Amino acid sequence: MDWRQLWDIASAPDNVPIVGLMPLLAFYIYLGWKQAKANDTLIGELETSPAMAKTHHRKTWPFRPGWQKEVHVWPFLLRIEFLAAIIVTIVLMIWSITLNAPLEEPANPNLTMNPAKAPWYFLGLQEMLVYFDPWIAGVVMPTLIIIGLMVIPYIDTNPLGSGYYTWKQRKFAIGTFLFGFIILWVAMIIIGTFIRGPGWQWFWPGQTWDHNRLIYEVNRDLPDLFGITSNLAKAIFGAVIVGGYYLLGGFILHALFRRYNPKDYQRMSLLQYSIMMFFLLTMVALPLKMLLRLAWHIKYVWITPWFNV
Amino acid sequence: MAEENQNGKNGNRVSLLQRVKAGMKEDVESLKTDLPAKAKEQIEGLKDPTKTQVYTSIFRHKHDDTPRNRALGVLSNAFLHLHPAKINRDAVRYSYTWGMGGITFYLFIVLTFTGVLLMFYYHPSKIQAFRDVLYLEHDVPFGKLLRNMHRWAAHLMVIAVWLHMFRVFLTGSYKKPREFNWNVGVILLVLTLLLSFTGYLLPDDQLGFWAVTVGTNMARATPLLGHEGPFGPLLHMTPYNDVRFGLLGGSIVDANALLRSYIWHCIGIPIVASIFMIVHFWRVRKDGGISGPAPVMLASEVKEKR
Repeated sequence: MDWRQLWDIASAPDNVPIVGLMPLLAFYIYLGWKQAKANDTLIGELETSPAMAKTHHRKTWPFRPGWQKEVHVWPFLLRIEFLAAIIVTIVLMIWSITLNAPLEEPANPNLTMNPAKAPWYFLGLQEMLVYFDPWIAGVVMPTLIIIGLMVIPYIDTNPLGSGYYTWKQRKFAIGTFLFGFIILWVAMIIIGTFIRGPGWQWFWPGQTWDHNRLIYEVNRDLPDLFGITSNLAKAIFGAVIVGGYYLLGGFILHALFRRYNPKDYQRMSLLQYSIMMFFLLTMVALPLKMLLRLAWHIKYVWITPWFNV
Repeated sequence: MAEENQNGKNGNRVSLLQRVKAGMKEDVESLKTDLPAKAKEQIEGLKDPTKTQVYTSIFRHKHDDTPRNRALGVLSNAFLHLHPAKINRDAVRYSYTWGMGGITFYLFIVLTFTGVLLMFYYHPSKIQAFRDVLYLEHDVPFGKLLRNMHRWAAHLMVIAVWLHMFRVFLTGSYKKPREFNWNVGVILLVLTLLLSFTGYLLPDDQLGFWAVTVGTNMARATPLLGHEGPFGPLLHMTPYNDVRFGLLGGSIVDANALLRSYIWHCIGIPIVASIFMIVHFWRVRKDGGISGPAPVMLASEVKEKR
């Protein structure tokens, strides 16, 4: 166990934000979960007794008759904003006094940094470069992430859970978002920050970064495993595999979604449903492709003269 | 002759000298009486500065603690008027809001402020850039603190934006009628990342150079528009005319890339981001203010269409 190495990575000035993000994220997940649980308990109570649902205050926070429903922005909100600004300023001041922004040697195109890492918030995408060609990992995926985020309000037809924390009423939406945000984005960044060392090789936390380490790794393409040699056959084979994944995966998801989310299924139009399916399957495809690569050393699934997947 | 003049046709005209004397005597008298009176008046007036013309021209209403004045304090102030006068009593609860949107905006202001100060010491040229950063770190008073604050505020802003989006998702705040504003927010997220990324190159050190090299090498592989991307060569893309060339102003990360990065970072993206921010804040108000905490809704209460 090389503690020194671990400390070097964790304390590298530009890695501090990701180190800080982890406890912050844990805290805010806890904060959201706590309120979701309270709201879900209240929802459960109201659902079992319709009489209570008619009269009960619909929030977990207390409200007594005679209390004003609204408060003045001045001072009740502005004091919070003012306080927040002061706290952020103090945190920033202390951070800036104690920790210096990194400055390496002058830029030198002839001396490659190893590992050459993108800023920490892009390390998830850089990690994807291991599993996908740059046109997917660097261009298509970011585009799909942006579009995927943008379509969320238009494909989420569930009218429940608007304006309060809940888990019970939005299991699917929240589960999917957590999968995308925590697993596919933050966890990838953590891998890119803490695991990937020189040569972008896999070093477990605490393992010394060996700049001379060589790994003998034969990566194969899926068509080769099936003994396919001609280019045309490879292209067709890959198209069938990828198309098959989307068809079969889509069918499985359809079967599950229809059963466990019947109301949303009914509400969704064909366009909404197919967009959701496409993004869902593409999201699931990432860990699958990672698994293919890490467990069976399979590089490409679909090989054509113009692009490889 | 002088006699004649004095008792001439004008008869008993008072001499000029005498008139001046009398006038001055009056002036002195007025100084003695009026000045103390005016001074007294002035001091009396200063006891309540809120009645002075300067004060009333700046602050357009009284500040007694009345509901009306509390509302006016927000509504008649250019910087505060994005707020409503009153909000739901639970909407100020930190456990619900997390305050990340406001913190993001505050960090943007901090970054603009420290960024402008940094611009005084920085030349976006290959010869000067790195030396300027060294100069800033070692010779400029508080230069190191300034650069550190800019750097860490930028990282903190990325985190705050993510957490803001996370909260908005968890509370379902993107749902009707706030769909459009969620989209504006996604664009602001992208702009925040781009702002941070363009700033990365500016110190012109190894870290920024290789991060931007790795980042922009992706653009080579853009489908159709990159010279190494799918179908790029078919469209006659070369390293000298593809999308990466447009980003860098050249085929390698060099002087032009530094200048482009600088202009995007200091002028281009901040302006675009500011415009989107205006829309974002405006829509928060127009879509009905902060989304909650709303009363919980039961599944049995959903009104299905048709």
